[in-house]
Amino acid sequence: MTWQDLLSALFDTHAVQREGELLHGSAELDGRMLAVVGTTDHAAIGVELALAQARLVLQTVREHPGRPIVLLVDTQGQRLRHRDELLGINRYMAHLGCCIELARRRGHRVIGLVYDQALSGGFITSGLIADACYALPQAEIRVMRLPAMARVTKIDEARLEELSASNPVFAPGVQNYVAMGGIQSLWQGDLRTELRAALAAPPGGDERAALGAQRGGRRLAAEVAARVRDA
Amino acid sequence: MTLAIPLSFAESTARERVEHLLDPGSFEELMPPAERVTSPHLELLGVPSAFDDGVVVGAGRLAGREVLVAAQEGAFMGGGVGEVHGAKLVGLLRRALRQRPAAVLVLAESGGVRLHEANAGLIAVSEVMRALLAVREAGLPVVMLIGGANGCFGGMGLVARCADRVVMSDVGRLAMSGPEVIESSHGVEEFDSRDRGLVWRTTGGKHRYLMGDCDVLVEDDIAAFRTAAIEALDAAVPLTLESLEAEQALLADRLARYGDCRDALDVWGRAGVPDPAAVPDLEADAVRALRGARREEAA
Repeated sequence: MTWQDLLSALFDTHAVQREGELLHGSAELDGRMLAVVGTTDHAAIGVELALAQARLVLQTVREHPGRPIVLLVDTQGQRLRHRDELLGINRYMAHLGCCIELARRRGHRVIGLVYDQALSGGFITSGLIADACYALPQAEIRVMRLPAMARVTKIDEARLEELSASNPVFAPGVQNYVAMGGIQSLWQGDLRTELRAALAAPPGGDERAALGAQRGGRRLAAEVAARVRDA
Repeated sequence: MTLAIPLSFAESTARERVEHLLDPGSFEELMPPAERVTSPHLELLGVPSAFDDGVVVGAGRLAGREVLVAAQEGAFMGGGVGEVHGAKLVGLLRRALRQRPAAVLVLAESGGVRLHEANAGLIAVSEVMRALLAVREAGLPVVMLIGGANGCFGGMGLVARCADRVVMSDVGRLAMSGPEVIESSHGVEEFDSRDRGLVWRTTGGKHRYLMGDCDVLVEDDIAAFRTAAIEALDAAVPLTLESLEAEQALLADRLARYGDCRDALDVWGRAGVPDPAAVPDLEADAVRALRGARREEAA
């Protein structure tokens, strides 16, 4: 789905613009204003794009207290360039994550939506740090594809494929991220209805590990964290 | 006067680091190897697992004060974060909310997400990040200590920059993508991962210190890390709209000043370091003096 079609399906009206790979602007649903921040074209998140998104989140916090923020995710991951590393890209991306955290703590609902592609580092400090992250069924989420994983782990690709059938930890796919609790749910039906429900859900703590246990995709995380916390 | 022989942080194991960092005999491990909680995913893959899944977590004392500590073991899968490993970090950070220690110390050594269980590792890193920021919100300092041979990369490089304070040795490295990953993606002309000098001055402790990405630069000596950790006790830095706007301005200014630099030597020269080419051979205290001199100049 293109970002234009997505916006029309999510909101009653919107004034979201595209600036390079950056998407930003305000939108309206049921008479309520929302802020939209995101990327398109499988953007590689470099220092500029991380900083631009952080600026928009901070601007929303300062100028529109409490306005919900929708993060639209389409990224190929962090930009893999020497220059970005030289400039400290991890600090730029972490800053984006901290800004989103601040928004949440000051009462902004923050909803992540993977509408196309979400890869590794580009995803950690955007959708994955939202109150809840959702995905469209046709979206793709992964750290790496199976052939690359086979090379890195020196395990036969056919064997990885076989294991993937029963264990969501190995293979790419939105359904696997739902099973592990990283994605709250897939938005299958009317997108306005889905967004309304997401905005109405009470903001809570980070329950993703518990969800992963319930759904059988991550059986140990919640239990291990609780044991270390309470021992 | 007797001089203590430096004990290399880089060459020590995670447990040795914790033992020598904290007050002697004070460390109590949580979920120790005897409990044998291992990665179910590595087992499925037929890959050897570790009884601590590559991270040591627990409580101890530092200069008499109660602290919580996590130490990643670089020798096990490069310190990669898998489901159990990540959950131990999350559990420790949540424990801090209950126990309110003088600090949470994270001895980070990690290549980032453990690729053998990549999906779980990716989510785990974001859980660690949120748990860490909750600790900061509670007014408790989180201190990253980075000096292992594997550096602190990927997801853990992000986690590090979410903390209150970063302490590095000059052999420590902190970055997002590893040089090998960048080279395999864009070629050796983009980043020659075998050029040790280049790798070091792009990701190493001295560069990070001169840029301000690390707050304290120490020698590769556990005692020096200990001193830096003691100084960080109770020193929480609140995350506020004002502090994040200051960070936004700092990062925008950095981009404007150094965005066209091709090498760390250009960055250092432009930052006012008198003889950039000499920096790689300087001791940590000489590098500290460089940043001090720049600060006075700015003031």
